[in-house]
Amino acid sequence: MEIPRHWRLKKQRYALVGEVCPHCDARLFPPRDVCPECGGEAKQPYTFSGRGEVYSFTIMHDAPTGYDEQAPYTVALVKLVEGPVITAQLTDLGEQPVEIGMPVEMVTRKIRQDGDASGLLVYGYKFRPVMQQ
Amino acid sequence: MREVVITGIGQVPVGEHWEISLRSLAARAIQAARHDAGDPEIQALYVGNLLAPTISHQSNLGTLLSDTVALKGIESWTVEAADASGAAALRMGYLAIASGFVDTAVVVGVEKYTDMVGPRLESAVSQMTDYDWEAVEGLTPTAQAGLLMQRYLHEFPQPRELLGAFPLLMHANAVANPNAMFRKAVKPGAYAGAEPTNPPLNVYDTAPYADGAAAVILTTPDRAQAFPRPLVRISGSSVVIDRLALHDRPWLLGFEAVSHSLERACRTAGILPTDVDFLEISDTFSIFAPLVLEAAGFAPRGRAAQLAAEGIFNQDGRLPLNAMGGSKGRGHPLAATGMYQVVEAVQQLRGEAGASQLPRARRGMTITLGGPASTVVTHILERRDA
Amino acid sequence: MTEYQNEKVLLQPNRPVGVIGYGAYVPRYRLPSTEVSRIWTGKASMGPVKEKAVAGLDEDVITMSIEAARNALLRAGIPATALRAVWVGSESHPYAVKPTGTLVAEAIGASTHINAGDWEFACKAGTEAFVASMGLVGSGMADYALAIGMDTAQGRPGDALEYTAASGGAAYILGPADQALATIEAAYSYVSDTPDFWRRAGQTYPSHGQRFTGEPAYFKHITEAGTRLMKELGVTAADFQYAIFHQPNTKFPQRVAGMLGFTPEQNKPGLLSPVIGNTYAGAALIGLTATLDIAQPGDRILMVSFGSGAGSDAIAFRVTDAIEERRNKALSTADYIARRTEIDYATYVRYRGKLEM
Repeated sequence: MEIPRHWRLKKQRYALVGEVCPHCDARLFPPRDVCPECGGEAKQPYTFSGRGEVYSFTIMHDAPTGYDEQAPYTVALVKLVEGPVITAQLTDLGEQPVEIGMPVEMVTRKIRQDGDASGLLVYGYKFRPVMQQ
Repeated sequence: MREVVITGIGQVPVGEHWEISLRSLAARAIQAARHDAGDPEIQALYVGNLLAPTISHQSNLGTLLSDTVALKGIESWTVEAADASGAAALRMGYLAIASGFVDTAVVVGVEKYTDMVGPRLESAVSQMTDYDWEAVEGLTPTAQAGLLMQRYLHEFPQPRELLGAFPLLMHANAVANPNAMFRKAVKPGAYAGAEPTNPPLNVYDTAPYADGAAAVILTTPDRAQAFPRPLVRISGSSVVIDRLALHDRPWLLGFEAVSHSLERACRTAGILPTDVDFLEISDTFSIFAPLVLEAAGFAPRGRAAQLAAEGIFNQDGRLPLNAMGGSKGRGHPLAATGMYQVVEAVQQLRGEAGASQLPRARRGMTITLGGPASTVVTHILERRDA
Repeated sequence: MTEYQNEKVLLQPNRPVGVIGYGAYVPRYRLPSTEVSRIWTGKASMGPVKEKAVAGLDEDVITMSIEAARNALLRAGIPATALRAVWVGSESHPYAVKPTGTLVAEAIGASTHINAGDWEFACKAGTEAFVASMGLVGSGMADYALAIGMDTAQGRPGDALEYTAASGGAAYILGPADQALATIEAAYSYVSDTPDFWRRAGQTYPSHGQRFTGEPAYFKHITEAGTRLMKELGVTAADFQYAIFHQPNTKFPQRVAGMLGFTPEQNKPGLLSPVIGNTYAGAALIGLTATLDIAQPGDRILMVSFGSGAGSDAIAFRVTDAIEERRNKALSTADYIARRTEIDYATYVRYRGKLEM
């Protein structure tokens, strides 16, 4: 059971809370103790907008444990508008084909369960095609 | 700094060895290497292994394997660098001998993949990705290759089937390798017609995981004077890391660690990259081949597959690549792969590669990848004539 | 023991309260009722609704509540840290023990000084949380409270409820009336022990009393609550522009509307069950979001929910001038309804976890 692990990261997973480096203004996700851009200390929280575009994607049929029940699913590299690229599943695609450059938005979804049906549910970010008003 | 030479080599055929245990696999390779070297006195055993703690519930392989081959009271531990663990263990052995602290060492790369079955294996292998930010999203090393290939085709548009040039070459080269897992050549149309497994990848784009063990004996030239066959020296050695998560790389397709590792190893050896006669690289996934070759400067960006189709990397081409099958033909015994690359390179350099023997083999380069070039280990090996 | 005479029958807090923000959520997938009948009767014929909304593999009451709450916050224009309660009513909370509310609160950025217990009263779990929020804010204990009704309701395979049991719901932020886009004039709850529909602990699917769910349950409680509210307020159906009722199917809300004196036009904007099915604890509340999406300043709206077991919450609203500026700050109910991917029965069974493996 990986309870503390997921609990530590809930703000990042549920709401894309990263960091802004006070020295060089880089937006960082995930948060780190050391800014990879300028090497300075970075500890100021920054909540990302959740908007981004698909940078690359692949469709997974051979899934690891805990994800096999959801297969097939699409995993993507999403470039957030603020700069960082993150790895996330795409969801709610419907019949829409995925294309590099497609605008997407963050939603909080069930990622998997920790172990079996008695285990904790793990929630986190996924991205879906932008819903227009 | 002392010169380091390779005397003995040993390898087990790559495969699904249901009847052979982890320790026995390693023992066979180690003993073969020791006998090949004339059974010298061993001071150290460096083990390259990735999955034993997860799949075989076995850690402290340094102690276990030394014990298994009756090496008592020596220096020994495991080196881990994803599936470059075996190659990184070679680096460890090289440093130990070159520094003067160890005189003769065994280096073994071993992987026992088949101690477990099912999706838990995919999870185990995914430990080499960034667990908190890649694996937890359902990403596996296969998915990373899919992301790389998708982006590669976007940035360097070319016919999809052109990328099949590498897997096809690997399978052709493996036919004559008795230790390779797949020894049948594949028809050209098979790649283009293959069903996608994990789109955009098809079955030929993924080197299957398997069991394996390969080992070498390292020592100094003065201790190898009586060695009856050609000695091979390690003239260059480097390990370089990159950002672990693919999404943190400044350019996804850069494989920067390859260029840096290559450059450092060549600098130590006092050569240019073009001074090598043949290459052994990790084609764990078919897309790694063009990415490594292009990062290393052996092909312009986006053009490696085209050059492969033209025969540049064939056994009789300008720069023979993976002459005995590479990972696609050999199979991928993860941590052990790097040591198979070295063992095969030594066979070539000694003129002992049988039907796979390259006509010109005085200096070779092995480039072993941990993950998608998250760690890159480069060694330059050359024939040491007296 | 003589009956206690309440000073006031209507639930009206000392401090007037209203809806500061609202948000809906409906998942993407739709199962036509013809699919259900095709499997279970051999003929593809229309059921009690045209189609119902089905949650995807990675969705549940927690994820859907988070999105509805985010929409409500966009319309409310307040920071999530201003909320003092995050209350989710559902009959399909993902955990039997561990509140949906705490996770929703964390995801939307609420503070730690909140109350976040879960609510259950079948299809009126959401309006129950709504009435409690009125009290929390109206008493002055809090300035803002979030009440959500959301469900991923299940029907036993082959049961009549399978045609209609659907996923969706809505979130409401309540606060002081002078900041509201719709003020709350009064509420009135009517509750009795009526066993029309229930699910024992540990059971996967509910059981119901067939036709007993009609007269003694649905119609009795809605008409009692609606009639009493209107009587105490001194109004009739004609005084309202719109009315929304709990909508387990198409016919029940149409009939009860008529019984209370409302015309089909008054019920029309809030009648969503034909296209999304019965979203249980979300049903009346999402009918209300659809109505608020089109209502004009000054409009009066009556909403009467119904929850099996049984009870109804009748609530009267008056839309303010603030509605026009606030309602376009987030996706509308119609935006979610328009987002539609049809699935077949086999896909539905997989998505809803009805296969025993």
